[in-house]
Amino acid sequence: MGMNSVTNIGRNGIQDWIIQRVTAYVLALYTLFLLGFFVTTDVDYQAWSALFAQGWFKIFSLLALLSIAGHAWVGLWTVSTDYIKSAMPRFLLQAACVLVMFVYVVWGIQILWGL
Amino acid sequence: MLVSLYRYNPETDNAPYMQDVEIELPEGKDLMVLDVLALAKEKDPTVAFRRSCREGVCGSDGMNMNGKNGLACITPVSDVVKNNKLVLRPLPGLPVIRDLVVDMGLFYKQYEKVMPYLVNDNPAPAIERLQSPEDREKLDGLYECILCACCSTACPSFWWNPDKFIGPSGLLQAYRFLADSRDTAQAERLANLDDPFSVFRCRGIMNCVSVCPKGLNPTKAIGHIRNLLLQRAT
Repeated sequence: MGMNSVTNIGRNGIQDWIIQRVTAYVLALYTLFLLGFFVTTDVDYQAWSALFAQGWFKIFSLLALLSIAGHAWVGLWTVSTDYIKSAMPRFLLQAACVLVMFVYVVWGIQILWGL
Repeated sequence: MLVSLYRYNPETDNAPYMQDVEIELPEGKDLMVLDVLALAKEKDPTVAFRRSCREGVCGSDGMNMNGKNGLACITPVSDVVKNNKLVLRPLPGLPVIRDLVVDMGLFYKQYEKVMPYLVNDNPAPAIERLQSPEDREKLDGLYECILCACCSTACPSFWWNPDKFIGPSGLLQAYRFLADSRDTAQAERLANLDDPFSVFRCRGIMNCVSVCPKGLNPTKAIGHIRNLLLQRAT
């Protein structure tokens, strides 16, 4: 019954749902932290690069980046299966989304660790 | 009062159209929408709609009244009429057979998927399968559904995926049997629901709750199903 797709990130609906929820919490925490940082700190280049020089913040940022990728994958997969009924254009859109997320993650790692 | 009726006869009409009928409402009396339809049918006997019990029990006359789904027989005109105008359309999202009569095939197909019957592999006892009053109470708010389809046809997720998303009505019934202490097929029922469409297309917008003529809460039942799936998966 129903349909399990090879193009969604989880193996079934409950996995997708958990990924969506957990990544949402991570993104909310990251957003709140950054808001707090902007409010409490006089942000200049020194403060900004000092923040990103800390190992824990690099890991936190990577976690947020991976969360964006996972969250967007589940969300856009859902949107594409809602609105695009023919398989080929739907697959192409999903593949394009995954490619963009992959590029963002690798690019983000390069930026965070100054590679 | 001006009544605007959705008319479509696929044998004679190329496309659906709205027919305006002027109805004289009796003074000092609040009619139900179904009564108004009966008056309209006196003026034009070709208008087709379903009705049976005329007291909100059978669920035949679900329709869209001034934009909101409900049962015509228990909806007072004063509740829905705006600017002395009443627009009656068939339930949205299902194929129209004629006028206000829709094809409920997809709706019933989703209902069938949830195995809406008690499954119990244990040998039948000499008397009834007993249930404690507490266990029986868990079925309140679930068993009352009359399958009028007002909720599922108010749900955008059901409009987009009526073949894959079970819809609020079917899911309310799915939980009615998941919650039944006499049922032994919980694992099988849950295994049938954990794909990305059957349950998880629910986005919790609660259109179903706002239209249910019996005051039931499918969104809450869907939340319970999700929790059961979560417990099973972790």
